[in-house]
Amino acid sequence: MEHYLSLLVKSVFIENVALAFFLGMCSFLACSRKVETAFGLGVAVVFVQVLTLPLNNLLLRYLLAEGALTWLHESLNWVDLTFLTFIVFISTIAATVQIVEMALDRYFPALYTSLGVFLPLIAVNCAILGGSLFMAERDYNFIESVVFGFGTGFGFLLAIVALAAIRERMAYANPPGGLRGLGITFIAVGLMSIGFMMFSGMQF
Amino acid sequence: MALFDKHKRAALFDPLLANNPIGLQMLGICSALAVTTRMDKALVMSVSLTTVAALASLAVSLIRKFTPSSVRIIVQLAIISSLVIVVDQVLKAYLYEISIELSVFVGLIITNCIVLGRTEGFAMQNPPLISLLDGIGNGLGYSLVLLTVGFIRELFGTGRVFGFQALPLVSEGGWFYPNSMFLLAPAAFFIIGVLIWFLRTWKPEQQEEN
Repeated sequence: MEHYLSLLVKSVFIENVALAFFLGMCSFLACSRKVETAFGLGVAVVFVQVLTLPLNNLLLRYLLAEGALTWLHESLNWVDLTFLTFIVFISTIAATVQIVEMALDRYFPALYTSLGVFLPLIAVNCAILGGSLFMAERDYNFIESVVFGFGTGFGFLLAIVALAAIRERMAYANPPGGLRGLGITFIAVGLMSIGFMMFSGMQF
Repeated sequence: MALFDKHKRAALFDPLLANNPIGLQMLGICSALAVTTRMDKALVMSVSLTTVAALASLAVSLIRKFTPSSVRIIVQLAIISSLVIVVDQVLKAYLYEISIELSVFVGLIITNCIVLGRTEGFAMQNPPLISLLDGIGNGLGYSLVLLTVGFIRELFGTGRVFGFQALPLVSEGGWFYPNSMFLLAPAAFFIIGVLIWFLRTWKPEQQEEN
């Protein structure tokens, strides 16, 4: 149990996807002008991340890894499909996003209208694919992948909402012309990243 | 450059400074920050991305008339991920150590917005040759930023350039005391922010309204 708690804290704070690994930066910067939109995107990321990471974990374990097809037949134990990882992961993610979109449209129309625009964006959000690739590289088991998925998603949500709040305030500031918009946002994200570095070394 | 007319030249050179993918279009920032702690990593990443962007633009443009628009994103993603798999396998075969250090970031070229942004935004509407040039140009624009950031971070963080000791370290009898802050995440954000500041002060037409 402690192991999972430690993994959760690590993925939310210490190794925050946005602030320590720079993943999902494009949408992180583009959708953080308002707290509401930022929150919508963040929730969508958590949602998709919790679904796709365990799914990709199963695919990796029972389809792609070396000897993974042994459950099908003894003689398949030499098959190594790891080179297909990228294309399988991205297809899973795109398909999941599509299914989630349709399911929300059918059963939770209110949620769909608020998340709607962000869902297609998420298919090409590096934080999602990055989470799956980190999971593959670090060889997480199924439960770890659920925890890690939630952790990375929640870390992203936390970071983007905080940045949006800062940017809403910054609208009243008057930086030099060249810094306006993207430039000053980068500097603010840098300062946030320093803040998050404070968590490094935290252990359970 | 008698080979190319004005239009094609613009496709190749505009993305370098006038319409830089990172500085202005706000695309592909994710990987630009993570792989810039050393010049050699930044260079390998730049070459990989430029290759993928150029070939993906070419391929998407070649089949643009046969691609139904309802499935175009998935077609583009399939093309891009196949190219990335090839690049990844080549790196693993010939540059194994750097490919280990780049870890997941080679795979993340798939979701790099520059590649998908250019195939969707440009290659779907334009003929193959100019799309190829546009892909190369945007790849080079990205490389320019990546190498600049990599140069600053490696030089001030370790006193090296491409692994060679350019500034003599204090610990080896020299005068330079490395600032390891430059190797950490926040420095990457600051450097990009300041680069954008310089670029937009130099070219004021790129400035944003508040």
